[in-house]
Amino acid sequence: MDIKGTVLNILNDLTGSDVSGAMDDNLFDSGIMDSMASVQLLLSLQSELGINVPVSEFERSEWDTPNKIIAKVESLA
Amino acid sequence: MLTFEPYGNPTYFALLGVALLPLMIGLLYGKRSRLYETLISIFFLVLTFGGAKWTQGVALIIYILYEVGLTWGYAVYRKKHNSGPFFYLLVLLAIAPLTIVKVTPAVENGQASLIGFLGISYLTFRAVQTIMEIRDGAIKNYNVMTFLQFMLFFPTISSGPIDRYRRFEADYRSVPDREKYLGMLQKGVRYLFVGFMYKFILAYYFGTILMPKLQLMAIHSRGGFLDISWPLVGYMYAYSADLFFDFAGYSLFAVGTSYIMGIGTPMNFKQPWRSPNIKDFWNRWHITLSFWFRDFIYMRLVFWFMKHKVFKKPTTTANVTYIINMLIMGFWHGVTWFYITYGLFHGVALVINDMWLRYKKKHRESVPHNWFTQIFAIFLTGNLVCFSFLIFSGILDKVWF
Repeated sequence: MDIKGTVLNILNDLTGSDVSGAMDDNLFDSGIMDSMASVQLLLSLQSELGINVPVSEFERSEWDTPNKIIAKVESLA
Repeated sequence: MLTFEPYGNPTYFALLGVALLPLMIGLLYGKRSRLYETLISIFFLVLTFGGAKWTQGVALIIYILYEVGLTWGYAVYRKKHNSGPFFYLLVLLAIAPLTIVKVTPAVENGQASLIGFLGISYLTFRAVQTIMEIRDGAIKNYNVMTFLQFMLFFPTISSGPIDRYRRFEADYRSVPDREKYLGMLQKGVRYLFVGFMYKFILAYYFGTILMPKLQLMAIHSRGGFLDISWPLVGYMYAYSADLFFDFAGYSLFAVGTSYIMGIGTPMNFKQPWRSPNIKDFWNRWHITLSFWFRDFIYMRLVFWFMKHKVFKKPTTTANVTYIINMLIMGFWHGVTWFYITYGLFHGVALVINDMWLRYKKKHRESVPHNWFTQIFAIFLTGNLVCFSFLIFSGILDKVWF
């Protein structure tokens, strides 16, 4: 599966809601994501895509919409 | 010689205005003089830590040399090695002076430690995050001079806001263009004036005029259930208002001064009294502290717990970490029963808040959401927070014991 699909799958599992219809919505403002979910996301990226993102590099404003997350992951892959 | 509390009186502001003027002109013409910035930094540090407070000044100098040694040494070490235990040892060494300062009054009958000085907490936060980001490889080019400027940046040295090394470095190494700088200048000046209103009018009224009267009345109205009385309730609100206007006022001075110096120090408050829940409150109250705790304690602990599969359920991980996180925040305020209870209160509040948010998510159709529930949520959150500040204030220690 491509990166976009994998990331969307991770996000859907994590948040229990389908985010693919609102790719530019702020996930933190709407309360769908929080610090806990951020860490789970980082761990899933590690186990499913082999991408290591240290907590220091998790600048919330760069990871706050599905589109931004996908772009970020693509830049790290 | 004169000593000043930072932003404490009109003379301090007059000196600040004179000292910043050449800097402002320089920035308007696209120039940043490191030498001049260093000189006025030293001048204001001497004003704060010189004169009668010279022992604090000495403590500050020794402390800074110690933290520079640790961070510099670690940055050199990290280029070749990456041992976990060594990293933990270094973090422990970095927080050791602060720990001594915080524990000393509790074991020495309220006597302050000799190695303490105004702002030691905030410098420790900056040093520890630098070490952690060096470990993560986020800070690759550690520079001693930048670290010194970052630690000793005089507008924020005494009580924050707590900036981040990489963010500060980016601002410090560049000069904003004229349009951007004019915007910063305008904001900076406005922050200073809103700060005057907060700190010298509103905090003065609540803290200096109202609070002592209410405290006296509360102590005289003891008796009844847990010694709770109307004056005590009044004290709770007056104390909360004073705490907010005093600290938000100070923070506006610190951010405003930073902006005038072309440094975008992050804001500390974002309308905290309109938070609809405790979780949101911590995104709006003393933001740079709560985000520091979030990024360097909460998220790292959660990461570690989940990676080592310490708890079965993610919610358990989150809850345990909330309690640990807020307990550490309580201990940081000081080793007294009321600060620690305050931390525990917020830890438990966050756990309950999360349970409610999960419940609401599951039963989206049956939980009403309208302007009334929103106002009720804001009212409830505000009052819970004020109650936590009543614990924090320590007045119960006087009323009860």
